[in-house]
Parts: sequence; C-alpha cells; structure tokens
Amino acid sequence: MFGFTGKVLRINLKEKSIKTEPLNMDLAKKYVGGRGLAEKYLMDEIDPKIDALSSENKLIFVTGPLSGTPTPTGGRYMVVTKSPLTDTVACSNSGGRWGAELKMAGYDMIIIEEKSDKPVYININNDEVTIRDASHLWGMVTSEVTEALIKEIGDEKVKVANIGPGGENLSRMAAIMNDIDRAAGRSGVGAVMGSKNLKAITVRGTGKPAVANPEKLKEVVANCNKKIRENGVTGQGLPTYGTAVLVNIINENGVFPVNNFQSSHFAKAEDLSGETLAEKYLIKRVGCYGCPIACGRHCKVDDLESGGPEYETIWGFGADCGVSDMGAVIKANYWCNELGLDTISASATIAAAMELYQKGYIKEEDTDGVPLEFGNADAVIQWTKRMGKREGLGDKLADGSYRLCEMYGVPELSMSVKKQEIPAYDPRGIQGQGLAYATSNRGGCHVRAYLISPEILALPEKLDRFSLEGKPQWVKVFQDLTAVIDSSGLCLFTSFAMGAQDYADMYNAVCGTDHTAQSILEAGERIWNIEKLFNLESGLSITDDTLPKRLLEEPIVDGPSKDNVARLGELLPNYFVARGWDENGVPTEERLEKLGIIVPPVKHKMKY
Amino acid sequence: MNIRVRLFATLREGRGKELMLEALNEGVTPKDIINRLGILEEEVAILLINGRDGEMSTVLKVNDVVSIFPPVGGG
Repeated sequence: MFGFTGKVLRINLKEKSIKTEPLNMDLAKKYVGGRGLAEKYLMDEIDPKIDALSSENKLIFVTGPLSGTPTPTGGRYMVVTKSPLTDTVACSNSGGRWGAELKMAGYDMIIIEEKSDKPVYININNDEVTIRDASHLWGMVTSEVTEALIKEIGDEKVKVANIGPGGENLSRMAAIMNDIDRAAGRSGVGAVMGSKNLKAITVRGTGKPAVANPEKLKEVVANCNKKIRENGVTGQGLPTYGTAVLVNIINENGVFPVNNFQSSHFAKAEDLSGETLAEKYLIKRVGCYGCPIACGRHCKVDDLESGGPEYETIWGFGADCGVSDMGAVIKANYWCNELGLDTISASATIAAAMELYQKGYIKEEDTDGVPLEFGNADAVIQWTKRMGKREGLGDKLADGSYRLCEMYGVPELSMSVKKQEIPAYDPRGIQGQGLAYATSNRGGCHVRAYLISPEILALPEKLDRFSLEGKPQWVKVFQDLTAVIDSSGLCLFTSFAMGAQDYADMYNAVCGTDHTAQSILEAGERIWNIEKLFNLESGLSITDDTLPKRLLEEPIVDGPSKDNVARLGELLPNYFVARGWDENGVPTEERLEKLGIIVPPVKHKMKY
Repeated sequence: MNIRVRLFATLREGRGKELMLEALNEGVTPKDIINRLGILEEEVAILLINGRDGEMSTVLKVNDVVSIFPPVGGG
C-alpha cells in the first residue's frame, strides 16, 4: 500500500534499544493511518487501566499516509498515548514541519516505550537513529532547546519537537511543541514525554513518500486546492485574519464565555478581535508544510514575538479571565509556547482559579502578590509562568482546573468534560456543540466535532443553533469525518472547503485504495468506536459523557443567548441510537461486528 | 427609524466598524441595508439581527442591531 513508508521505529528508553519493524498494513488499511492506526496499536499494546505517567504507558508519534505528500496541508502529525489529564485515549494533532520531516525520514510511526533513567533526546537522520544525553538541555524553554539542538546537530534544516519545563514538571496540561511554536497541545501529552525523561526528538529526512497514482493525485490536488482557494473561509477569512476572526462572530451570537462561563457576552470583544490583532500586533503570516491556507500568525508586543495567538488562546486568557488587554494575551501565549503548556487548559485553569478567588476559596495570601482577580491582565502572564514552573499555588494549577477545584471541594467550578477544559464556545447557545463536547472521546474539545461550523458559520449549511433536531446525527458524522481527516494526516481546516468524497479521492490517489465517501466515513466510525472502547476499558462510563453542572442548570445570564441551558439530556439518548450503542453508551456487539472490530473475548466478557 | 449596523472583517474596508442608519422608512430589511452600503448579497455569509439568525427579507424594528459577516471560520 502506497502513502505509508511501511516502517515503525520502536525505541525502548530503558534498554536504550532502537528497532525498526514493518508496519502492520492490514491495520493501516482498516484504521486509515495516523490517529486511528496509532490508537489501535496503543490499545493492543497497553492496558488502558495503567497510570498514564507510569513507565508502562507508551508514547506514539505518528504521521498519516498523506503527510509529506503534495496534498494540501499534508504536514501534520499526531501524538497518541494515554492521557494523564483525562485518563482517556489522547490524540493531539500538530502542524508545522516536523511531521512531514518524520515521514521523509522514512517512518510512519515512532513508538516510545518505558522511561530513561536520565534526560535524553532522540536524533533521527533518515536511517540513523541515536539516543543522546540531554542533561544539558533539561530545564530549557522551547526556543532555547530548539536553538541548542540545531547548533549541536549542526544542521539548520533539522526539525525539533520538544517539551518545556511544563512537561518536565509533569504538568497534566503540558504540550509537546515542535518548530518552536506549533503544539500537540491537548490532554497532557507533554507530561507523558516528561515522565519518560525524553526532552526532544530531532528529525532530518530527505526521502519522499511513494504515491500510488501520481497523475490522478495531481488532478485531485488541483481540484481540492481550487476549492480551498475559492472558499470564503479558507481562501480569505483565515489567511487574512487567522483564527482570531472568530472572536466577533462568537461574541455577537452571545456564546463567548466570560469569567469562567459566568457570562457569555464580552463588552470589550473588539479589543480581542482578529481585526484588532491584524491592525495592531501582526508581524507576519505563517503557513505549515504544504498549506495553501496559512492561518498561522506571528505577533509582537514589547520585546516578545511569538507564533499565535489562536482564537481559543485569545478567548481563554482574554474574555474567560475577564481580560481585554491583547498585549497580555500575546505574552501569556508566548509563555505557554516557551514552557510547553496547552493554552486552552492553561487559560481556563486560571479562569477557574479566578472564580475560586472570587468566591473566597483561594485567599489573597495564597497568591504571592498577584491577585487572581478577573480582569487582572498581569495575572494571566504571571500565573502561566508559575504553572509551568510549579511555583507556589501554580503547582496546584499545573494539573488543570478539575483537580484544582476538586481540592477546594467544588469540582463543579471546573468548566471541563472528563477533566479537560472545554474551549471558547458556550454550548448553552449551541446545542449540537454541547453534545459534541460531552461525547468527545478525549474530553472537552472542539476539534473532535466542530459543530460551530453548521450552527454558527453556516458551513456547509446553516442549522438553528438552539434546535435539537438532527443534531445527534450531525455530531456523529462530524466525529467520524474528523477522525478520517486527522488519521489521513491533513488539517481539519480543509473541511471548511472539502467533503468526505474529496478526502476519499485524495486518500485513494495516494494509497491506491478504492474508498468511497461512505466507506471512508465508516473507517472514521471504526476509529471512533475503538477510542470509546479504550475509554471504557480505562474505567470511564456514561456518567463521564456530560457537561459541567453550570451549563446544564444555570441559564446564560446576558446577551443574545440569554436564558438558555445545554439540553444534553434530550440529545444523548438519540446520539447513542445514532451510534448503534446501548442505552449506557456502550458499543453493541452487533455494531462492532459490522465495523469489523474484533474485541478480545476476555476483555469483552469482563467489560461489556 | 434608527438601525445600528455592525460590520466585520473585510466588510469594514471603506465602511467602518459600526454605523447608525437614521430616519429609515418603516419596512426596511437587511437587503435594503446592504444595498445602501454597497455590499453584495453573495459577500454576506452570516447575518444576525440582535444576535439571532436573520434573513435578508426580515422586516427590521426600531433599534435593531444588524451584524453582517463575510465568510469566517477557524477554531
């Protein structure tokens, strides 16, 4: 099968052994590649019940079959492991150039096993792979370690993926950074890397993935590029303003959460908007490998210049903390990149801490001179640094809002699903997105099914955001299609312009398969189901498919979505029906069989 | 009758962020407003009236706020 290199790099950090093995092509075909394939490997190789930060956990870096090919946005990679934040399967996706470079070095996947007794990094130069001492790099922030490694290896073209102090300190919101400012951000994958004493993976690759049908691929890529160019979002909105263009539209709809979701309309949204960012702070636009969209931003304030900030980050450090100072947001974002923290979890955790302070759980004397008041712009910068370094109360914030609020006896103040912070859209005014949050297999997340697209942005068509009609089916299709896009190695943003048939066409041209839109969606459904099985084995249940109490019971207090709550209870049973699962949200034998998922009989009997 | 119009992203070019249209006739619709502002219907991806989904043909009321967006997305 084309598209894949057919090679897996397996590295055991305890034994310091490096092996290559052939990729299981039957599984590759069945699980698309990338996210789906690596999750299948993970599930077969670890017991989902293990402690995510124990040496038994495995850390998988995986490319998709389309990574490194001429397909639009084909430069992505994913990190798959068990999450220390959510205890679910984790799959964090990142752009930049590192992923494509790994593919060109000749690998579909790196599986990291066990832990090293001292800090190390892995250097990959095509077939030459070495494990090297990283004692001198431990403690360095992202820009420092990147610069040091490029110098040490002596090749300007080497690509670096690394953890910062956040991952070293096992923060459960630690990201894995690559190319300095791109992040496999969510679910604490950086903490797993830190737990293995692995500081970085450097890659240099000069190969080229083989493509099944180069002529056909040229034609299909031309067609998809045309769609991306002509689509208003991918051809104009994202290139001009970046993701921050969403600030105004989400706020105008009254679903832009403020002060830890205590309100949903921010009077000073304009100060945080994509329009303001472009006018006052933007230095340059940056595109990832092979990307015709180039939504990436480089912004500068005072002496700090950094990639980003993205929409979610602006919301989190901005409105969710009651802050309207874009300069402070850019600085907090800078420190997340340097320390290697997920900007959504970091900012939402500070917002939760601010509510704990507002309600008297956190006392002023606990805050070491930086009060956690909503609206305190300096606080979002200082507390980000304290979290990354685990200083003072920052040590408690570093494990996320759920564990922080639980410590004070009020876990309901954490705006999270499965202990992962939900992002920048209030589901009380976007009913389908609420269902998508609650059922996300990696906890609170918008990129497992981006219902904002039809419910707010009118793509591919406009749905009534308050209506429940058809939403379970929409969520299911979006979840399945997203699993396909991630697994193939493309960026989710292509889906503003492209549909299931386009992905099937590109996949077929690269891999030589004969997928239809329907069969590729079914592959996505297969992936979604094994993720669910992993989570059930890990110990999660229907009680975890929910939303924070505030969103279910307290109506929005102001703005255009006033008086609404998330009507999850009415949606969830129909979602389970749409998935062919039982009333407890457990995949039925019948559906698993139809999807060709073989569950080991022992596990099967124990659990289901 | 007065209607507040809020424009976003590229629609601001040459028009500004926010306009107060005054002394409009009864029965005015968003379609009339975009015509007056020189915005083509196909340039409008999302139309909100007081933060709720609106139609080009909706008859506006006194003090309505009309928000007009070109295609935008992200996440």
